[in-house]
Amino acid sequence: MTVVTATSLPAAPVVSSELTRQRTRSAMLFLLPMIAALAVVAGWPLLRSIYFSLTDVTLNNLAGAKFVGLRNYLTWVTLDSGRTIYSGVLVDPAWWNAVWNTLRFAFVSVVLESILGMAIALALNADFPGRGLVRAAILVPWAIPTIVSAKMWAWMLNDQFGIINDALLRLGIISEKVAWTATANTAMGAVLVVDIWKTIPFMALLILAGLQSIPNDIYEAAEIDGVHPIQTFFRVTLPLVRPALMVAIIFRLLDAMRIFDLIYVLTPNSAQTKTMSVIARENLFDFDKFAYGSAEATLLFLSILIVVIAYIWIGRVNLSGSDR
Amino acid sequence: MNGWAVVKRTSFYAFVALIIFESVFPFYYALITSFKKGTEIFQINYFPTSFSLENYVGVLTQGSFAQNLFNSLFVSSAVVLLALFLAVTAAYALSRVKFRGRGLLLMTILSVSMFPQIAVLAGLFELVRFFHLFNTVWALIFSYTIFTLPFTVWVLTTFMRDLPVEIEEAAIVDGATPWVIITKVFLPLMWPALVTTGLLAFIAAWNEFLYALTFTSSNSTRTVPVAIALLSGASEHEIPWGPIMAASVIVTVPLVVLVLIFQRKIISGLTAGGVKG
Repeated sequence: MTVVTATSLPAAPVVSSELTRQRTRSAMLFLLPMIAALAVVAGWPLLRSIYFSLTDVTLNNLAGAKFVGLRNYLTWVTLDSGRTIYSGVLVDPAWWNAVWNTLRFAFVSVVLESILGMAIALALNADFPGRGLVRAAILVPWAIPTIVSAKMWAWMLNDQFGIINDALLRLGIISEKVAWTATANTAMGAVLVVDIWKTIPFMALLILAGLQSIPNDIYEAAEIDGVHPIQTFFRVTLPLVRPALMVAIIFRLLDAMRIFDLIYVLTPNSAQTKTMSVIARENLFDFDKFAYGSAEATLLFLSILIVVIAYIWIGRVNLSGSDR
Repeated sequence: MNGWAVVKRTSFYAFVALIIFESVFPFYYALITSFKKGTEIFQINYFPTSFSLENYVGVLTQGSFAQNLFNSLFVSSAVVLLALFLAVTAAYALSRVKFRGRGLLLMTILSVSMFPQIAVLAGLFELVRFFHLFNTVWALIFSYTIFTLPFTVWVLTTFMRDLPVEIEEAAIVDGATPWVIITKVFLPLMWPALVTTGLLAFIAAWNEFLYALTFTSSNSTRTVPVAIALLSGASEHEIPWGPIMAASVIVTVPLVVLVLIFQRKIISGLTAGGVKG
């Protein structure tokens, strides 16, 4: 993983300035289709979505949208009695519940994934017979489509015929069968377990790549000096693997904040797990509140933007992982 | 001291065994469930008890699952080819030619890949309707470009940048045009990178759910993730777990095989692109 900035790139071979001009011209020509494609599928739709959030648009009348300002976000009426009633996304308890669910989910999943991913990466970094086999095995959850893993786990977590209830009953950990995905207290836990299971490989492999770039003689020196292995981990391994870890964490964090498919399939209609993406899509397409849903989608976009800016600012992390 | 070493060794291997177990068990359990027949599915077994292909025959012959498989295959392949074609030329320009604003352009491309997909959903929906693509596989090929293209451009740019200048110099001296340089000089060297990025883009498209759920509305145009999510039984409360598990296995086996064959390439691609898992 190396940085891509204007300065670190190798200089193009300059034969003559005429040739350079010709190269630059054809470079522009080569870039044009890609830029045009991204403008059409990403730039324009983003602008339209933000615009929709400022209108009274409905699903069946996209063309008849009228500009209403920030009314979908926040508006109020003052009654004759002098009482003011607020409405809009920003005072919607369902929205704030989704925000809270998203933050809770993102925080817990990323923290646990980092710790478990680190443990697995450390194990895989050791030399032992059959290491290739283990590395292949941990890639299996990553290869399974999210919807399929949601269904597989839904079946294992099934309240009546699920193997997890059966195993926990036999081991005496629970005394009666639990409806894991349907019970308010356990729904988020179930979502977290499946998500962590699915994304640990990504975390572990990224951290492993970082671990493998640490030269062995540093460890040898620490061992000769009689440094305790735990101290070696915190003083040597962790600082050196930090760039790779930070890149893995930001990618996972952004991914966790926009989670949709797993929750949509594993715990449909559960207020305990409904995230920002889920509630936005619900309003957009199921409840015929297209403008309201657009406002929620826009707020999610802004939240992610703020996280990215804060992360780069605070961590001074280069997203391509080069600040080692 | 010797005893301590044995304890350490044993616990290490126990941990490794646990990793393998938790990684593979859900898939293993889906597999043995899918081979069960009728009401056998409601008996909980930890080891394979029967080997019936009933669920597989059912899911492939009834309903539209075979069509959904074809749709997924078609959409994913088309998206990969489109993304690679656009990305190879763009990556050449971004990695081998100096021009103003190159760093900014690269950051913009990377940031597109981090968009929450829901943020563009309303605008994409309008475009899909405008181009009369709603409920066709073309809507998916169109919209999947948003996450396959930035990623392929990013990884291919990183790869091309690391190729030595000398290989290009000779061609430039001979008066080759940039197009000739790309197709005759770079392309033959880029197969490993193309395979890796193509594979990762294919997997991403194969697994996509949100756009597929929103832009298609009939059984014949759906892709497999949506088909599996919406697979339902005779009555609303009767979930057909057997066929669902069979469908899950059918969808997953090709991916697992691909991943195991291209293990090293995928890991290098993941670490280079930091792509979504």
